[in-house]
Amino acid sequence: MARQVLLIEDEPNIIEAISFILSRDGWDVKSHSNGHDAMDVVRAQRPDVVILDVMLPGRNGFDILADIRADPELGQVPVLMLTARGQVKDREMAERAGASHYMIKPFSNAEVLDVVRSLVRT
Amino acid sequence: MTTPNLLVLVCILYVTFLFTIAFAADRAARKGRGTWLRSPLIYTLSLSIYCTAWTFYGAVGYAARSGMEFVTIYLGPTLVMIGWWWTLRKMVRIGRSQRITSIADMISSRYGKSNTLAVFVTLIAVVGTTPYIALQLQSVTLSFAAFSKVDPTLTSVVRLQSIGLYVAIGLAVFTILFGTRNVDANERHHGVVMAIALEAVVKLFALLAVGVFVVWGLGGGIGDTLATIDASKIAEWEVPGSRWAGLTMLSAMAFICLPRIFQVMVVENEDEGHLRTATWAFPVYLMLMSLFVIPIAAVGLERLPSDANPDLFVLTLPLMAGEDALAILSFLGGFSSATSMVIVAAIALSTMVSNHIVMPIWLRMKGGTAVVAGDVRDVALLARRLSIAGVVMLGYFYFRLSGAGTALAAIGLVSFAGLSQFLPALMGGLFWRGATRLGALAGLTVGFVLWLYCLFLPSFGPGVLMPVSVIEDGLLGLSWLRPQALFGAQGMDKVVHAVMWSMLLNTAAFITVSLLTFPKPIERLQGAQFVNVFDHSGHPGSWTGGLAQSEDLLIMTQRIMGAAEAQALFSGMAHKQGLTGYLPEPSTEFLGVLERELSGSVGAATAHAMISQIVGRATVSVEDLLAVADEAAQIMEYSSRLEAKSAEQARTARQLREANDKLTKLSVQKDSFLSQVSHELRTPMTSIRAFSEILRDAGGLNLREQQKYSSIIYDESRRLTRLLDDLLDLSVLESGQITLNMQLGLVADMLDRAVAATGADGFRIERDVASEQIVLNTDVDRLSQVFINLIANAHKYCDADQPVLRIDVRSADDTLEIDFADNGTGIQMADQAVIFEKFARIGESTAAGAGLGLAICREIMARLGGDISYVPGQSGAAFRVTLPQEMCMAAQ
Repeated sequence: MARQVLLIEDEPNIIEAISFILSRDGWDVKSHSNGHDAMDVVRAQRPDVVILDVMLPGRNGFDILADIRADPELGQVPVLMLTARGQVKDREMAERAGASHYMIKPFSNAEVLDVVRSLVRT
Repeated sequence: MTTPNLLVLVCILYVTFLFTIAFAADRAARKGRGTWLRSPLIYTLSLSIYCTAWTFYGAVGYAARSGMEFVTIYLGPTLVMIGWWWTLRKMVRIGRSQRITSIADMISSRYGKSNTLAVFVTLIAVVGTTPYIALQLQSVTLSFAAFSKVDPTLTSVVRLQSIGLYVAIGLAVFTILFGTRNVDANERHHGVVMAIALEAVVKLFALLAVGVFVVWGLGGGIGDTLATIDASKIAEWEVPGSRWAGLTMLSAMAFICLPRIFQVMVVENEDEGHLRTATWAFPVYLMLMSLFVIPIAAVGLERLPSDANPDLFVLTLPLMAGEDALAILSFLGGFSSATSMVIVAAIALSTMVSNHIVMPIWLRMKGGTAVVAGDVRDVALLARRLSIAGVVMLGYFYFRLSGAGTALAAIGLVSFAGLSQFLPALMGGLFWRGATRLGALAGLTVGFVLWLYCLFLPSFGPGVLMPVSVIEDGLLGLSWLRPQALFGAQGMDKVVHAVMWSMLLNTAAFITVSLLTFPKPIERLQGAQFVNVFDHSGHPGSWTGGLAQSEDLLIMTQRIMGAAEAQALFSGMAHKQGLTGYLPEPSTEFLGVLERELSGSVGAATAHAMISQIVGRATVSVEDLLAVADEAAQIMEYSSRLEAKSAEQARTARQLREANDKLTKLSVQKDSFLSQVSHELRTPMTSIRAFSEILRDAGGLNLREQQKYSSIIYDESRRLTRLLDDLLDLSVLESGQITLNMQLGLVADMLDRAVAATGADGFRIERDVASEQIVLNTDVDRLSQVFINLIANAHKYCDADQPVLRIDVRSADDTLEIDFADNGTGIQMADQAVIFEKFARIGESTAAGAGLGLAICREIMARLGGDISYVPGQSGAAFRVTLPQEMCMAAQ
């Protein structure tokens, strides 16, 4: 059974691009586009990897990450954070909040693929 | 034969001699030598400025005209010196303990340091003294003329008058040189006092010499002279008792009140003990001065032609006899009398004028602010010098204007009567604690006005300054107001009449008003200090340094003057005292020097108080305390200005802090803005990069996929461009560097264009084109941009099933309103506040647009002088564009 990736991202074109890249590599990609009920989806899907955008409508990525890490059942799931803001303090916040990896948009496709693969392997 | 040139030469030599003496005396005094300068004899001789040219020449003339009456002029002062010496002593004591500088200062100080009173006294003194100065100039000129009569080749009248001018200028220069060496008016003028003492000797010697010559040379001995006197009309003159008593009283009062007498007797007094000597020595001097008056008058009347001016007998008798040397001596005697009077009067008056009139005005012009001490000193000196020149020149002009008509004695008596008006206020101040400032003012005013009315104005003769009708029928035709028969008091001597009424009513007003008014606290304090001066001050003649600690003094002085200067002063004084150490004995002399030095830095009053405390004499006078309080007030004012300054600094600091906060906030805003810009730029770039990599790397994409991904790249590129355009647009709008392209445009046309530009398909727009027929003078493109934004927003965000946008154009009073309302759910209350902010995309909308549209609209409307706002409470989202009516050109 293919490993599942949950992509939480509000830009439809970026969802399309990441979905294409990971699907072609054999991943089962599910996406969700707002912050409100993102936790519900994570709990329901129990993905192998979460790709989480920081700026989401409804709720920001850091808060969602904190919830994930606080949840005993989800706590260990690898989370790749994406941000378009590119500020140093965002990276620090992401690391403190417990992101498994942190990536600044725009990214190269190969890089995303590598990171997602490495996150599941470990 | 004596020529005027010789006389001028003699005058110049004499004045040079006086200069030398005065200069030497000043030097000696400054070096602390010359104790003989402070002898009671010098003091007594300096008092002789009472004997002016009036006495020197005029007494003989007086005797020739009125017999023994001239004696009253000597009798008054003699009675005062002998009978009222305790009053004089009180004045001297107060003068020293209160550091009085003039009679004006004395009176004003007594009545609570009232400057009004001081100004008033000063004015009376100037008015009363000016004729007297004129009198002196006149006598000098007359004495020149006396020589010219003997020598017909002599000078013209013009030249004589110019002699008066030269004398006036010379005296002014002399007085300025020696009278204003130091700013402290309370300081003694040793040089001047020495010079006038010398002049006193010269005039006495000259008069005695002439007397001896007249009695033994011309009169043929005592017996013959007495016979001549008996034969002359002098013996027949009977002086009425009232006039005798009146004139004696008048000269007694004047002796106390004359500013120049006050100057030498009180201000220049070195030692109270000198007064004791003067009480007997001065009457002796007066007696000697009057000894030969009658003989000279009698012999003059007998020997000289009947048209000869008796005022000049002293001069003309020796001239007639061909005794040129004696005549010149006599001339010098008169010259001395005149010059000493002018010099001292000028010093006294200039002190009053500068201290009570010029300085207060100057200080007020400076805004009453604390000024640097040196500053004040310069101004005070300048004021005093100018006042001296002014006073002397005033006398000169009076002399030129009045001519030489009036007899010397008459002018003198008028002047005496005027100055005597000070007496009630002065004596009341010395002896009656109930006397008040208002009482003094009332008395002085009444006395001065009556003097002007009854004596001064009529003295110029009927019709000159006072109309004949007033003199004969009284003011306003009221006979009881006749100036020389006031209240029906007829048949009296004019002078006695004026003195009686003015003094009587002056005193009555003084007492009545004093009883009716209450003194202010400072008046009470000063009153007590004056009246009880002997209880308060031990012996204020000089410092006694018994308990003084030189070391304490040095420490204090170092604090004030700085260490080096203070040590130099102290060791210098110690050396002078013949001591080996650096600390001098705290002698009176040393303490005096020290006080003067200190007063240069901290003011006289403070210096006095400081030394008092260290020397251990706890009698700091009230005046000193008051002066310290004045200085303290200045310091307090200064410190309150400092406080104001520090408050200002606090304000500045607060402003800086606020500016800093604002900057910090701006910086945060800038960071947040950059972060948002970054986000908005990176998001489309992410898509572009991802799909271009896909297109590049991944083979086997079908055509549909290729097209789809290409158009995503295309759309995202356009989004990037739009974003950059918006950012640049906003930046231009916000910086205000935008140039508006004003032109005429129809609202309907602009809306048409906007609707077309948004290409809103499946979106109904309701308009009332008839109401849109309004021509605006505006930037049509910019306004259209706003419309496009609003329509596009409605298109993007209206969530109704069948979206409808309604555009209403309304003309209100002074504005044009264009509403854009859709039928969606509208914008939530919380979001309404932020929609016009940059990047304020709200809700979960994922529609394209960076969130700069409304921010740009707001900027544009602000530039166009209008406004854009969200209209809450509508069924959907409603925006209102408001334009000022003046943009509307016409409604069609």
